[in-house]
Amino acid sequence: MLDKIQLELLKEVADLDELPVGAVNIRANGKAEVRNSTANIEIVPKTDVSGIDIHIKPGTKNESVHIPVVVSKTGLKEVVYNDFYIGDDCDVVIVAGCGIDNCGGQDSEHDGIHRFRVGKNCKVRYIEKHYGSGTGKGKRILNPGTEVYLGENSTMEMEMTQIKGVDDTDRDTKAELAAGAKLTVRERLMTHNEQNAVSSYHVDLNGAGSSADIVSRGVARDASHQTLNLGISGNAKSSGHTECDSIIMDQARILAVPSLEANDPDSSLVHEAAIGRIAGDQLIKLMTLGLSEAEAEEEIIMGFLR
Amino acid sequence: MLELQNISFGVETEKGARDIIRDVSLKFEDDKFTVITGPNGGGKSTLARLIAGIEKPDQGRIIFNGEDITDLSITDRARKGISYALQQPVRFKGIRVVDLLRIASGKTISIDEACSYLSEVGLCAREYINREVNSSLSGGELKRIEIATVLARKTSLSVFDEPEAGIDLWSFQNLISVFEHMQKSYHGSIIIISHQERILNIADNIIVIADGRVKAQGAREEILPSLIGTDSAVNACSELSKGDQ
Repeated sequence: MLDKIQLELLKEVADLDELPVGAVNIRANGKAEVRNSTANIEIVPKTDVSGIDIHIKPGTKNESVHIPVVVSKTGLKEVVYNDFYIGDDCDVVIVAGCGIDNCGGQDSEHDGIHRFRVGKNCKVRYIEKHYGSGTGKGKRILNPGTEVYLGENSTMEMEMTQIKGVDDTDRDTKAELAAGAKLTVRERLMTHNEQNAVSSYHVDLNGAGSSADIVSRGVARDASHQTLNLGISGNAKSSGHTECDSIIMDQARILAVPSLEANDPDSSLVHEAAIGRIAGDQLIKLMTLGLSEAEAEEEIIMGFLR
Repeated sequence: MLELQNISFGVETEKGARDIIRDVSLKFEDDKFTVITGPNGGGKSTLARLIAGIEKPDQGRIIFNGEDITDLSITDRARKGISYALQQPVRFKGIRVVDLLRIASGKTISIDEACSYLSEVGLCAREYINREVNSSLSGGELKRIEIATVLARKTSLSVFDEPEAGIDLWSFQNLISVFEHMQKSYHGSIIIISHQERILNIADNIIVIADGRVKAQGAREEILPSLIGTDSAVNACSELSKGDQ
């Protein structure tokens, strides 16, 4: 049974108040608490390492898979491998995410490695939220690794969010796209206090007509530090866009490193990167509507990270 | 009632101190529609910013409904009932039209209520309510949303700084009908900084500011005839043809 803290974490990372319908695997403090396969989606535990294989049958439409992880034990460190095998012509939503509550003195760490092998003509939406809570001195560490192999004419939308409480994160996402495939990434990152976040993307546009749009929005507060590496290689006739947009506050530091590599004369690649404080006229506008400066800041940040 | 008492304001420039507003005293009666006009660089917008609290005067006092608000912040003045629409509406990434209307009204508002404010400024509410107030909106659309936020506040005083700035003629013609409608239906005082003849035409009172001083003030009938044909009362077409030259 999940305890109260675990249920709260579950709500934060997967918007779950109760068990979701469909395929589900809830991992709590290193072991599977709930596992449910469906006729089209089979979840099988790995035997060599920690983690699961998720097999989605070709032609599966309008189904979802929830695989949230919660860690509430101080000092727990785990590396988990989750492999998705998605057949051709699927239309599915995958909700992942990890919540760590650390009230103790030892570091807690969850490193989730997700690999997606997506067939042809699929539509996949992937939602991942990372959240930390607890007052202990032990750090809350999340190092997600994500690999995406998108088949011909498949699209994948990834929403990656880390808004609160994660002390240290090294996020590494790699993708390879076949002909006509399309990848969209919307990352939202907020760091506080002494937190450190590194987020790296590298997308290989291998097939003709493939495209990627990677947008990372971040807010760095207090003395936190963010490093964003957004890279795309155009290896065929393809188009790619990266955008890194950051609000910097207090004594925070941000390093944005966009990189574009064109290995084909027909690849068209664009990057945008901007770092700045909240604009003074934005604050003034909201203050003329009756908000205090601090309230105005919150509204601007909440909107920016929406 | 808003009263400016002997207001002076200056800025430091590379060439030394420069006076923008020089000993200005004005009274704005309740429920009146007042247009402040005058040549560019005369201090009109600064006056609006001083009223909203974005700038603080070097000398003089600002009295609003009997209370001295000179030292109050932008937020405190807003909460006391002063609304201010910026000359260049601000764009926000991620904040939607409905969010601005919610903040403006100071409470959670229903979609119906939000839509009614948008309809009042001539925007099809359903198309706009969930749009982000970002660069995808045109200057004219932003102005209307800016006005809608002021309407949503329902305050006793609203200040509009050059609503015609930065929009095309067609959008402006439409905007004037919004002000004409406001003039008839809005309960509260309205101050508009403008040199558009059509705005001056619907004013109760007109104030002319030039070189940081009040050059003239009084009822529209009294002031407007002397302004026609000057920089203080341009018609929209002449402004456009000037741009073509």
